[in-house]
Amino acid sequence: MAKYKMHVLVCGGTGCHASESDTLLENLKTIVADKGLDNEVQVIATGCFGFCEKGPIVKIMPDNTFYTQVSPADAREIVEEHLIKGRKVNRLLYVDPENKEHISDSKHMGFYKKQLRIALRNCGFIDPENIDEYISRDGYEALAKCLTEMTPQQVIEEMKKSGLRGRGGGGFSTGLKWEITSKSVSDVKYVVCNADEGDPGAFMDRSILEGDPHSVIEAMAICGYCIGASYGLVYIRAEYPLAIDRLKTAINQAREYGLLGQDILGTGFAFDIELRYGAGAFVCGEETALIHSMEGLRGEPTVKPPFPSVSGYYEKPTNVNNVETFANVPVIINKGADWFAGIGTEKSKGTKVFALAGKINNVGLIEVPMGTTLREVIYEIGGGIKDGKKFKAVQTGGPSGGCLTEKHLDTPIDYDNLLASGSMMGSGGMIVMDEDDCMVSMAKFYLDFTVEESCGKCSPCRIGNKRLYEILDKITQGKGTRDDIDSLRNLSYVIKDTALCGLGQTSPNPVLSTIDNFWDEYIEHVTDKKCRSGQCKALLQYFIDPENCVGCTACARNCPVNAISGERKGIHVIDQATCIKCGACLEKCKFNAVFIK
Amino acid sequence: MANIKLSAEKLDELKAVCKSFNNDKGELINVLHKAQGIFGYLPAEVQEVIAKELNISVAHVYGVVSFYSFFTMLPKGEHPVSICLGTACYVRGAEKVIDEFKRLLNINVGETTPDGKFSLACLRCVGACGLAPVVLVGEKVYGRVAPEGVKDIVAEYAK
Repeated sequence: MAKYKMHVLVCGGTGCHASESDTLLENLKTIVADKGLDNEVQVIATGCFGFCEKGPIVKIMPDNTFYTQVSPADAREIVEEHLIKGRKVNRLLYVDPENKEHISDSKHMGFYKKQLRIALRNCGFIDPENIDEYISRDGYEALAKCLTEMTPQQVIEEMKKSGLRGRGGGGFSTGLKWEITSKSVSDVKYVVCNADEGDPGAFMDRSILEGDPHSVIEAMAICGYCIGASYGLVYIRAEYPLAIDRLKTAINQAREYGLLGQDILGTGFAFDIELRYGAGAFVCGEETALIHSMEGLRGEPTVKPPFPSVSGYYEKPTNVNNVETFANVPVIINKGADWFAGIGTEKSKGTKVFALAGKINNVGLIEVPMGTTLREVIYEIGGGIKDGKKFKAVQTGGPSGGCLTEKHLDTPIDYDNLLASGSMMGSGGMIVMDEDDCMVSMAKFYLDFTVEESCGKCSPCRIGNKRLYEILDKITQGKGTRDDIDSLRNLSYVIKDTALCGLGQTSPNPVLSTIDNFWDEYIEHVTDKKCRSGQCKALLQYFIDPENCVGCTACARNCPVNAISGERKGIHVIDQATCIKCGACLEKCKFNAVFIK
Repeated sequence: MANIKLSAEKLDELKAVCKSFNNDKGELINVLHKAQGIFGYLPAEVQEVIAKELNISVAHVYGVVSFYSFFTMLPKGEHPVSICLGTACYVRGAEKVIDEFKRLLNINVGETTPDGKFSLACLRCVGACGLAPVVLVGEKVYGRVAPEGVKDIVAEYAK
């Protein structure tokens, strides 16, 4: 590889891509070439930096300069000022929200200070479409070490010792899963990578596949070696075209380098990978459903046991792991199980990637050691709540998880603590909510999702969740009663106990956790017919304050249903029976006379 | 079997797709992806051809098509509008954006405008949560869409 003095890294993740980072990349390349710098400066597209809030991101190495919200037009200034004259472009630097100072490099940004990147180690650092860059960062060393220095049993022991647990949400020991599959006797076995990231609001798997696809390929080959499989499949969402492209490129490069295919590294071990596409079904994240979908069937789950480790894809032993789980494997082999086990809490080792989104200042992808508290994540890394509002809750685990509140802020995050708090790790979506969010509506939102995504095979999930949704809808319409809350609870427990698969068994979690943590809010909805956050339209009433009304008629003229009466220069009144609560009057009034109660 | 209304050319293309997957019924989902790429949607005739080529029942094909939200049996508009309803977008006001699209285009989610220009759909998370709420028109991503910005997006394609 050529030696460059400077590297310009442009984020090529989906988020930044949507903000014209590809044009920016082209501009930078052209200008660098025009100035005759292309032998000294390398301009590449990398995977996601994680700091999606301020995208597109450009990072200059070796000085770690971190430019945010860079537009294609800024390319010239970056080249001429920074690359040629060595002066940083101040206006593009990240501004610390507290002291308003420009921060010159990423090491001093609150967003990165507390992070420890293992699964995301290469994201935003290497060109994901160039296998040499992965290799230069110890890529495929772990595979070589396993194939030449270790027996499959030794690798499995190492994995067990590391304490790595499934990052897709289940939290099952990865080493143990590998051991069980390795002990299943069969002529053919399969390694499957679950890249069907369906949890709305979680995008870590996509970012890993886009930013560091080789880490997943390497880990799948290692897994194949351990369990005795020579065939791997990646089940990936069709909604992730960029990730699919990068993965295909990476697989082809690995084949060219002899790191996939027959006789890998001259050891006689054969392994190859193919892609299978999902088609938009959340339930296919469940491993038995995923396997049926790969077989070309409806993605419906089946009862476990038999577990896929014993009977999976075409009834052959199949080891299914999630993308993030795989991304951890090469590092564990390279640095050792003891190193990995030294990070995290007693029962949850290593790090976890979270997709931080919602009402938070720094939306993005973060990776922190297990045991980091929610407060650290939300306030130090996330930069606090947007627009200075008050924190209300954070939803973890997506539609299967629950809401955590202020009292949980200092709980160290790990599998067991989250479960004990009535939520779960899930795949790592973290949606932050503020005082403007209604928790009953939030529960309804998740149930709406579950109802749509339920495969319909078992009645508790198909019918039960629909009923839960209807009761929640009734409450948000202002027609709920105290009994409805009890019904919600009872029905939730029945669904949890009787549903067939993980989707159904966890779908009532958003309901139960909001009832437990926001009991007052539910009561307000059913007895006082009030929604404190103002989200439940049916519970709102618009009024005109006679003190402030000057009779300008703006509200009456803009009311779509003619619910407002009043003479010009006289006080106006809203007829509650006709009002559809659209808010047009509130928006149009220049005298703050319209208010909501 | 219903009358096949597909042109001979398209029919051959579809059969070639099935053949490229060795007419293997295990590849049904991949075949459907390709078929939807050719036709834009999966009408009954297409499903019947695929069933015959892969030697499976039409019911089996229909079962799979109707199970997955990615597959559609209705033609989409020239400019398919998809609004992300992932949690991050929901929390940041995606519902109001949907309402505005519905009002401006005068159609409901899942429908196509009478002139065939626009169709409206919801999807779950494109993973650009930093840009929430997100709207897709075809392949183009629009980030931080406010209800007031909807008319500009529509105007861009209405020509």
